[in-house]
Amino acid sequence: MTIDMTRFYQVFFDEAGEHLAAMEDLLLELDVSAPDLETLNAIFRAAHSIKGGAGTFGFNDMAEVTHVLETLLDCLRKQELQPTVEMVDTFLRAGDVLKAQLAAHQEGREYADVRIAEVCAHLEQLSTLAPTSPANHRFALAPQVKKPPPMTRWHISFRADAIDFQPGADIAALRDVLAELGQVDWLSADDAELCVWRLTTNAGQEAIIETFAFVCDPACLTISFDDGELHPPAHQTAQDDPGFGFFTDAPGSDHLKQVTEDEAGFGFFADAPGTAYFAHHAADAKEDAAGFGFFAGAPGSEQVADQEHHGYGLFGGSPGMATVAAIAQQERTETAQGYGFFERRQPLEPTDVAAVATPPVAPAAVRPAATAADAKRAAPADTSIRVSVEKVDQLINLVGELVITHAMLAESASGLEPLAHEQIFDGLANLERNSRDLQQAVMSIRMLPISFVFNRFPRVVRDTAAKLGKQVALKLLGEDTELDKGLIERLADPLNHLVRNSIDHGIEQPQQRVASGKPEMGEITLRASHQGGSVVVEVRDDGAGLNRDKLLAKAAQQGIALPDNPSDKDVWQLIFHAGFSTADKITDISGRGVGMDVVRRNIEAMNGRVDIDSEPGHGTRITIRLPLTLAILDGLSVRMGDEMFILPLTAIQESIQPTRDQFMTVAGKGRLARVNGDYLPLVMLREVFALDAPPLRDEDGILVVVDTTEGRIALLIDELVAQHQVVIKSLETNYRKVEGISGATIMGDGRVALILDVDALARLNRRAE
Amino acid sequence: MNNDRPERTVTTTEVTKEYLTFTLGDEEYGIDILKVQEIRGYDAVTRIANAPNFIKGVINMRGIIVPILDMRLKFNLGQVEYNEFTVVIILNVAERVVGIVVDGVSDVIALKRSQIRPAPEFGALMDTAYIDGLTTLEQRMVIMVDIEKLITSSEMGLVESVRSELA
Repeated sequence: MTIDMTRFYQVFFDEAGEHLAAMEDLLLELDVSAPDLETLNAIFRAAHSIKGGAGTFGFNDMAEVTHVLETLLDCLRKQELQPTVEMVDTFLRAGDVLKAQLAAHQEGREYADVRIAEVCAHLEQLSTLAPTSPANHRFALAPQVKKPPPMTRWHISFRADAIDFQPGADIAALRDVLAELGQVDWLSADDAELCVWRLTTNAGQEAIIETFAFVCDPACLTISFDDGELHPPAHQTAQDDPGFGFFTDAPGSDHLKQVTEDEAGFGFFADAPGTAYFAHHAADAKEDAAGFGFFAGAPGSEQVADQEHHGYGLFGGSPGMATVAAIAQQERTETAQGYGFFERRQPLEPTDVAAVATPPVAPAAVRPAATAADAKRAAPADTSIRVSVEKVDQLINLVGELVITHAMLAESASGLEPLAHEQIFDGLANLERNSRDLQQAVMSIRMLPISFVFNRFPRVVRDTAAKLGKQVALKLLGEDTELDKGLIERLADPLNHLVRNSIDHGIEQPQQRVASGKPEMGEITLRASHQGGSVVVEVRDDGAGLNRDKLLAKAAQQGIALPDNPSDKDVWQLIFHAGFSTADKITDISGRGVGMDVVRRNIEAMNGRVDIDSEPGHGTRITIRLPLTLAILDGLSVRMGDEMFILPLTAIQESIQPTRDQFMTVAGKGRLARVNGDYLPLVMLREVFALDAPPLRDEDGILVVVDTTEGRIALLIDELVAQHQVVIKSLETNYRKVEGISGATIMGDGRVALILDVDALARLNRRAE
Repeated sequence: MNNDRPERTVTTTEVTKEYLTFTLGDEEYGIDILKVQEIRGYDAVTRIANAPNFIKGVINMRGIIVPILDMRLKFNLGQVEYNEFTVVIILNVAERVVGIVVDGVSDVIALKRSQIRPAPEFGALMDTAYIDGLTTLEQRMVIMVDIEKLITSSEMGLVESVRSELA
């Protein structure tokens, strides 16, 4: 049987990844001294779901690891064992192994590492401490690779009415399916409400459950057996069995007709009372990559064939079609993996891909974790879609155009007499509101909560602290703060550096902390918030703080130039120097002096900035300030001559109307501006951009003080115009980089305005001097 | 329209290529029409500081920032007042969108390769590297320009690698 399993792999990968992440979160949350039973259960469920999925898809290596993991977890949740820190650590390691295995499978490899054996051995050793509990049959469905028992006798009983299909057809179908596993004997009458079958088979229990799970509510199923031996997963059995026969035996018709036969050698038989069957022959079946057969079994329901887009079997089930329905059901039963789309209520509607995984019956007890996972699988598919960022950006561009078009329309309409053209003005007002809303909505597509980055830190903190023998608690604040997806991805690395640095250099050893009157447990706070048009992310620790003398000594040693009386801020900035490290020894966590330099570069590449505050003995706070998105900038439009420029709002500290005596020169040419007692380098933008506008007296312009990486500078401009949110466009796409300009944007009137790069302006100015 | 050069066999009929011709002062130029994206009127541009004089600035073309070059200034044909006949040819060359300002667009002509004669060497007077050849059209001479080569050339300064000459 050649079912293309790979198309479902991705679902499993996504899902297993989610479960692993959930498990890790829960493990980190777990309070070892007072374990919460609910948490333990949740961890167990996560592990179990992974095991179920791994087994189903034949990733036996993962299933083995999860099985060992699950055994120990089971002891914990049954309170046969008390969780210990050692166990949690081992669980986390097992989680890592599983992640590695998952990643390997995703690339189509097999993960082979001694770590697997180590972790399994460790887990087993931990669980042997528990009183040996009898195998929990309800959950022990793992594909433990043991020798399959030659023949096992199973008693299966279920209520016929639990299966909501035409009983005759369905039960017969079921029996035939089961017959593929082994010999089926009916112990009860055909029409008895409670069906009791005896199945003699070498297949495992889960094969039977899988078979039933797609037909009826597994809760109604009782399977008893006298042998706890386990067996490889069902699909193997199924796959090994060539030549399935699907039969249905509908009331009023005893004859069976072979409809078609597909490559894999299936025979599908359909016969329903009063219905001619339509075979969408072998040709149809062969067209479909998965090799399913498609049948529509109601008079005039030929169009069913049109629905076959995904290569699944779609079945139309109008009244009188129960038989065909049953075949569909059988087929799904046969594949036992959740193939086969089946929609009874709306027979002629193509079924959504997401529906694959959702069994038509309610998930229930026999495979609680697996069915719950099935249900979960469907849910996210319904509520979110994956779209390439390019498409979103295209949308953003188009909406930007719409806003500009509106502005142009409004401009042309402004000459009209308002009373006479009331409708036009109303329409324009509506258009404006709608297009602004649209713009905001489109922008929000790119936004993600910062928790996507924050979520990794509990583990980072735990591991790093454990490695260093420190005790650190992590506090996360403002996880809902949203920012651009592009920024989120690029924020992860810098934050990781900062947090590890804080633990390594900031937080002291426990005894040292106690000695200085602080609690043994250090604290690291990650806080995100919106401030104006930017997102502020703070990494704060309550550790020793930066050591001014040590930094200065190191700077002197490395020959880094500093002013005579450096301010604290100047000193703290030292740690951003490449190759600057005060660590006494290089560890694998930090100390090479590369980290902070990289952090600053990364943040600056995102149009952000990093600031440090530190108080000796009380801790350090590193503040990262980022624009909300890479695509949008809050800016002030400024006029110089006839040209408009955009000044990023985040850089602006103040703007003042200067007086004559605020301008001065040094040695006749170096120009300075005195602002609030400080002498700042003065950049004449008109000169920088060689604008041939009518001359303007200095004191008729406006001085804008901006903060740059080169320190504060004053810019002289003609006029401040308005504050805007502008869409950043690259000049480099069709042109090239322009010094002092970070990009361009399109103003409301359709014209292009250049965005000033204050850092580059400061550098240019320094060079010019 | 076939872009391929004709095979060098006797039996092959020569493939014709279409060219857009435009005027710059008294001279007429021709460029491969496949490089032309659209033709539009001249709009106010946003000047770019410290750029060579033939780069007029940038415009917004439906959300794309497009640099505008003045071919008259580039070819040292003297400055001219822009009027209603001044047009901008938007080119799509080397994955870039660039506009060139010309005095006017005159025609679309189809030419066989054999109709284009090689340009004579002008020695040090001017660089003929971007001139594909010359052709005659109703007694007028048309200068065929390899526009892609010209736009991406280092002296245009459109490509990042050549910053020094602009400083």
